[in-house]
Amino acid sequence: MKTTPIYGMMAEFDSPSDLVAAAHKTHDAGYKKIDAYSPFPIEDLAEAIRCTNHVPLVTLIGACIGGLSGYLLQYWVAVVTYPINVGGRPYHSWPSFIIVTFELTILFGGISAVFGMLALNGLPMPYHPVFNVPRFAMATKDRFFLIIFSSDPKYSPAGVRQFLESLGPRSISEVPS
Amino acid sequence: MEDVAVENQKAPVIQPGYTFGTVTDKISAIVLTRPTSTGWFVGFGVGFMITMMMLFAIGYLVVKGTGIWGINIPIGWGFAIVNFVWWIGIGHAGTLISAILLLLRQSWRNSINRFAEAMTLFAVASAGIFPLIHTGRPWLAYWMFPYPNTMNYWPQFRSPLLWDVFAVSTYFTISLLFWFIGLVPDLATLRDRSQNRAAQIIYGMLALGWRGSARHWHRYESAYLLLAGLATPLVLSVHTVVSFDFAISIVPGWHTTIFPPYFVAGAIYSGFAMVLMLAIPIRKLYALEDFITDRHLQNSAKVMLATGWIVAYGYGIEAFMGWYSGNRYDAFTLWNRLHGPYAFLYYLLLACNIFIPQLLWIRKLRTSTVGLFLVALVILVGMWLERFVIIVMSLHRDFLTSSWGMYYPTRWDWMTYIGTIGMFLTAMFLFVRILPMISIFEMRTLLPEAEVKAE
Repeated sequence: MKTTPIYGMMAEFDSPSDLVAAAHKTHDAGYKKIDAYSPFPIEDLAEAIRCTNHVPLVTLIGACIGGLSGYLLQYWVAVVTYPINVGGRPYHSWPSFIIVTFELTILFGGISAVFGMLALNGLPMPYHPVFNVPRFAMATKDRFFLIIFSSDPKYSPAGVRQFLESLGPRSISEVPS
Repeated sequence: MEDVAVENQKAPVIQPGYTFGTVTDKISAIVLTRPTSTGWFVGFGVGFMITMMMLFAIGYLVVKGTGIWGINIPIGWGFAIVNFVWWIGIGHAGTLISAILLLLRQSWRNSINRFAEAMTLFAVASAGIFPLIHTGRPWLAYWMFPYPNTMNYWPQFRSPLLWDVFAVSTYFTISLLFWFIGLVPDLATLRDRSQNRAAQIIYGMLALGWRGSARHWHRYESAYLLLAGLATPLVLSVHTVVSFDFAISIVPGWHTTIFPPYFVAGAIYSGFAMVLMLAIPIRKLYALEDFITDRHLQNSAKVMLATGWIVAYGYGIEAFMGWYSGNRYDAFTLWNRLHGPYAFLYYLLLACNIFIPQLLWIRKLRTSTVGLFLVALVILVGMWLERFVIIVMSLHRDFLTSSWGMYYPTRWDWMTYIGTIGMFLTAMFLFVRILPMISIFEMRTLLPEAEVKAE
């Protein structure tokens, strides 16, 4: 008999407090490959499942590239390739270059923050196994979900189900991949 | 979040009794299930017809050239730049609400930031039309950007007009990203709640596969905050740069250091007026009084009072410098404002921007939606007059009496200006119909049940 590979086991909770408590317990029980889903950002949850966040670094790099390229572009245009003598003023008239340098710093920083965040999150991703669970549609409304991935070394269908049941969820579903 | 529990004497940010489910249902139902009302079609239709009028006016302009407008030397800027500055200013309130109030942890912003951001986008789009068509050959507008070309030509980076190109295009891009990224989780909500296959696919594609993972939220929050941190100096810089278009020149009445702060305050002043003019009818028509409460209206009124006084200070300093500088041309600019052929516009401006808005000190007026709506309208008219006074009254009589002139807008000027208002309204009507006009996920965080209780 051919079986569908399993992506993980998912438990559904009613409130953010329940989810955060469950996430802490799951992590403490030694499950490392876990994730949680909520209809709005919960600070404590990110802590409970140990997230990494490189968005600030990406933004910083983007902003630096933007600022540098803005200034160097103006320098190159005004001094090297297209110098215009206006009343004997210096070609390298740096105070005039501040505005465009600033705007490009912001522009590149902002674009890096948004697209960096999307790339680090692996979005856009129209298909994802968790969408196979019909009840998961409630995750964008008022339900809170916790998943233990089948790639976790401690994963065993019976063991994980028993553990999740001990957390007192509203329902438990197996997520086909 | 301790500011969720509002003190008793203030109106609440959100009426009590809502849950995650009811907030979601109420806001998403406006888009998904509520039948489109006749009023919407009428409003959209009128806006659309006015937009067509604008396209006609622009089409004729492209055929005939800017000579169909009232502009001529010495007044080369006229309506195009008046309207540009007016619209850009209106946009500023959206960014102030979404970015600066986010950084200041003013959670009351959560129910008005989405449509204020949409307002910013449409206002900046309306603003962008004017300098574009004012160039006379809008099809060559890309010459303003630095790119390698066969003419071996590069833009002049020492010109404030080029700074403006960078400031406004950056502003539009960042506002668009900020608005879109804020929409993504709500688009996922619409995707999951829609019963219609086409809507599911469209919202699903726009939602980028958002699934609300804690890891995603963590990075999302950080990107959103960073974007707010970047947008805050940006929004202050945009109107500063717009004011440099004037202040860097030597025209009397323009060449002054008060311009940047006074322009930024004026921008926020008019922007909040537009926010009120949109919020008051929207919350009434869509029964959103529970989310956009009297607290929001009163806070906006207070912001207008504060920025209105900064603007009044700007007018005061302008008049003072006309006398104190001892410069005869500056002094004449002041005299010309008070006694010249356009003096009635200057007095009207003082009435609209300084005297009438003082009615907002009266609590009764601040809590009356009709009164607030009318004061907001007066302020918008006043801010438009301010730009007219600055641009036309400074240019029409400068150093040499032999080069004095008068400016009278033509019907094409009016058609283009009113046309952009129609375009703005059309876009707003479309927006409230197809996208959630209140940020659903940020409203959820305001509810008491969103608080995580420690074990």
